[in-house]
Amino acid sequence: MKRRFTTIAVIALACGTAACGADTSDAGGGPSGSSTASGGSKITVYAAASLKSTFEHLGQSFEKAHDGTTVEFNFAGSSDLVSQIKGGAPADVFASADEKNMTKLTADKLHGSDPKVFATNTLEIATPPDNPAGVTSLKDLADKDITLVVCAPEVPCGAATGKVAKAAGITLSPDSEEQSVTDVLGKVKSGEADAGLVYVTDVIGAGDAVKGIEFPESTAVTNRYPIATVAVSRNAALGQQFVDLVLSDEGQKVLADAGFGRP
Amino acid sequence: MTFEFSAHVAPRDVDVSFTVGPGETVALLGPNGAGKSTVLAVAAGLLRPDRADVVLDGRPLTVAGEGRRRVQVPPHDRQVALLAQQPLLFPHLTVRDNVEFAPRSRGASRAEAAAVARHWLDEVSAGELADRRPSQISGGQAQRVAIARALAADPRLLLLDEPMAALDVAVTPALRQTLRRVLADRSAVLVTHDALDALLLADTVVVIEDGRMAEQGPTAEVLSRPRSAFAAQIAGLNILTGTWRTGSLTVGDRAVHGMVDGARPTEGGAATAVFSPSAVSVYREPPSGSPRNLLPARITEIEPQGDRIRVRAGALSADVTPQAVAELDLTPGTEVTLSVKATEVTIYGT
Amino acid sequence: MGSTVPRISRRPSHLDPPRVGVPRWIFLPALAGAAFVLLPLVGILSRVEWGNFAELITSDASRQALLLSLKTSSLSTLACIVLGVPMAVVLARTRFPGQGLLRSLVLLPLVLPPVVGGIALLYTFGRRGLLGHTLDVLGLQIAFSTAAVVMAQTFVALPFLVVSLEGALRTAGRQYEVVAASLGARPTTVFRRVTIPLVLPGLLSGAVLSFARSLGEFGATITFAGSLQGTTRTLPLEIYLQREVNADAAVALSLVLVVVAVLVIGLARQGRTSL
Repeated sequence: MKRRFTTIAVIALACGTAACGADTSDAGGGPSGSSTASGGSKITVYAAASLKSTFEHLGQSFEKAHDGTTVEFNFAGSSDLVSQIKGGAPADVFASADEKNMTKLTADKLHGSDPKVFATNTLEIATPPDNPAGVTSLKDLADKDITLVVCAPEVPCGAATGKVAKAAGITLSPDSEEQSVTDVLGKVKSGEADAGLVYVTDVIGAGDAVKGIEFPESTAVTNRYPIATVAVSRNAALGQQFVDLVLSDEGQKVLADAGFGRP
Repeated sequence: MTFEFSAHVAPRDVDVSFTVGPGETVALLGPNGAGKSTVLAVAAGLLRPDRADVVLDGRPLTVAGEGRRRVQVPPHDRQVALLAQQPLLFPHLTVRDNVEFAPRSRGASRAEAAAVARHWLDEVSAGELADRRPSQISGGQAQRVAIARALAADPRLLLLDEPMAALDVAVTPALRQTLRRVLADRSAVLVTHDALDALLLADTVVVIEDGRMAEQGPTAEVLSRPRSAFAAQIAGLNILTGTWRTGSLTVGDRAVHGMVDGARPTEGGAATAVFSPSAVSVYREPPSGSPRNLLPARITEIEPQGDRIRVRAGALSADVTPQAVAELDLTPGTEVTLSVKATEVTIYGT
Repeated sequence: MGSTVPRISRRPSHLDPPRVGVPRWIFLPALAGAAFVLLPLVGILSRVEWGNFAELITSDASRQALLLSLKTSSLSTLACIVLGVPMAVVLARTRFPGQGLLRSLVLLPLVLPPVVGGIALLYTFGRRGLLGHTLDVLGLQIAFSTAAVVMAQTFVALPFLVVSLEGALRTAGRQYEVVAASLGARPTTVFRRVTIPLVLPGLLSGAVLSFARSLGEFGATITFAGSLQGTTRTLPLEIYLQREVNADAAVALSLVLVVVAVLVIGLARQGRTSL
């Protein structure tokens, strides 16, 4: 029995410390798209999780325009992606949700082309569709009776939240500081929270599941999304073409439809 | 105290009835799988029979059957204690705590329970083991403690399920004596497949074969003149009663030597010698200078039993080969000498 | 001897029964397996910044996270015992229709991704969950509270206690309970004085497993309870958050978690040995 005990204990620990099955970061999953391109060339794009729907859309156009080419994506939190690229992950293109993480890449001279900002994003209040707490402005969120969920200050959306609150001169007392925008959105969608602070694009992406409330103070912090090819790319030319697509009118339209602002 | 038992357990095809009178010990004798343990399980309330009337001192313990109001008194409320083959002392409690378990469970004070435990531990000569853990005593000692623990529950009926089967043969005689003492005026049901246990501990024997009663009657009678196949196989015991004089059993004008089981019988007191027919040899002429017990007898009956022949001579019997019967030309009426080694004879005081 | 309950006492090796040798080749995969488990620990150790280790693990956030983890794990272990012991007893000692199915369902959190557990809890005890309205009427707000952390941990850890204890109960068998009942002990007395003492080692290991699982709980907690320093942000959540900004702190805290877990398991083994 002792032996079995130890075995289960190890499993329990492994589960615990490695948070088995948990996947609550910005990650939208591993690489998607077709995994092998028979004969044709392939590029791998590492992009911030918030870019998932727009970039998948653009990936399809790219594949259409470049016959026999496959675009693979890895959507995750920007800092995760930078860590992976630093660790030698085979990325051709990197699109970050903030300039800080792109700087980590350029500081190590791991970028191919110079980073270009291709989109911006601002914060918006998200509430459940029926807005049970009757939130109308950012100042309402300072009310302690409102169940408020925001991003933790350690992650980009949380940093943005802090700056916005400071600019507006209010003190937020959140009930939870989540790991990612997805987590904040989840708590609002499920009705656990009366309000959350997320990006405009997240509100649009969530459709009818949440109600978005714009507030003027949001302009105080604009999140800028830079994109660049990666130095280790074996297909730099094709990667650059994808970057060009994102910066093109077509790319900008897709991004604008999803709620992103122009750079 | 009277215990009336009648039960039918359909899935195991067991259908048995018997009665235990006040102070009486009934032995259930039978081969493995005959249904003895099923009977105990029903008596203890561990098994729900399909049809039953189990009554202890007028109080129905288990009643079942078509159109009858079911009664099933739970095991803890039956005042029926169970002594199993294994001592099953609670390993986390000391010997004393084990014996105090029953009195404490029915709400006795610490002092009362301690007094009861002391009494019964002394009764089974295990007083000095009180502070030990079950893991620190021998199997024989553990079974003594188990007896004390069962008796400390002050049961109206004691059920014993082959209490000596798991023990070393060296310690069984002493334990048997202890059981003889504590069962003397206690109502009990003893399951065994050992004829000697039945003989020494029980007043009445119920032989069970294939879930049915094959025969029942006073112990000595059933064991010496068995009618059922099983009883004949294990029993058919030779039983000689007499007086204990100067180290041997005097039967009529003869001395029978044997091994004393338990305490030595008192000089001039009644004693019984028991030996198996298979231990008996048959001679036409008395062998000279033999250290064996020699018993003259006249053959009354010769009956084949499997590959052996049972030769009966009055109350005694011997199992011999068919060749021996032919060579010695044994027929009813033949005068013979029966011979048995002293080491094959068990003598106990009665 | 008479006792068939496995004794825990460690015997001197020269008394161990002679055994049949294992095939020699088996050591190779066994070694590979051990290395597979142990190397990542070495990996963590190799990345620890020992220079500012003390500083990293004694920051306000780290201390609060560790204390919260220990507090909630203790409470959830208690909850596992209170709920799990009766469950194990019912599963091991009674028979009723659908028992097999019930056992499988009860053990579901073992195989379920913890996030799924968190979502399930959310839709049950959350504000808009199955019982949310009832709890609201009673004035109970569970989401974003420390109670939610304990619930999430209990949810994922309970099967460990139930499995462990049910196994111990089955191994111990019913014979001692039968004897105790025949000695006149009522079911409650039998449970208290015989059943539980006999399976105490199993109960202890189950409790330790539950504690260890609770300590490492992440997915269900972050989904159901949220993450707020001092209230719901346990050590694993803190580690995951620190990874975003301060990889050194995350590594240092991971090591703390590993050490705490190893200590718990070591202490439990010690306790079992001396039983």
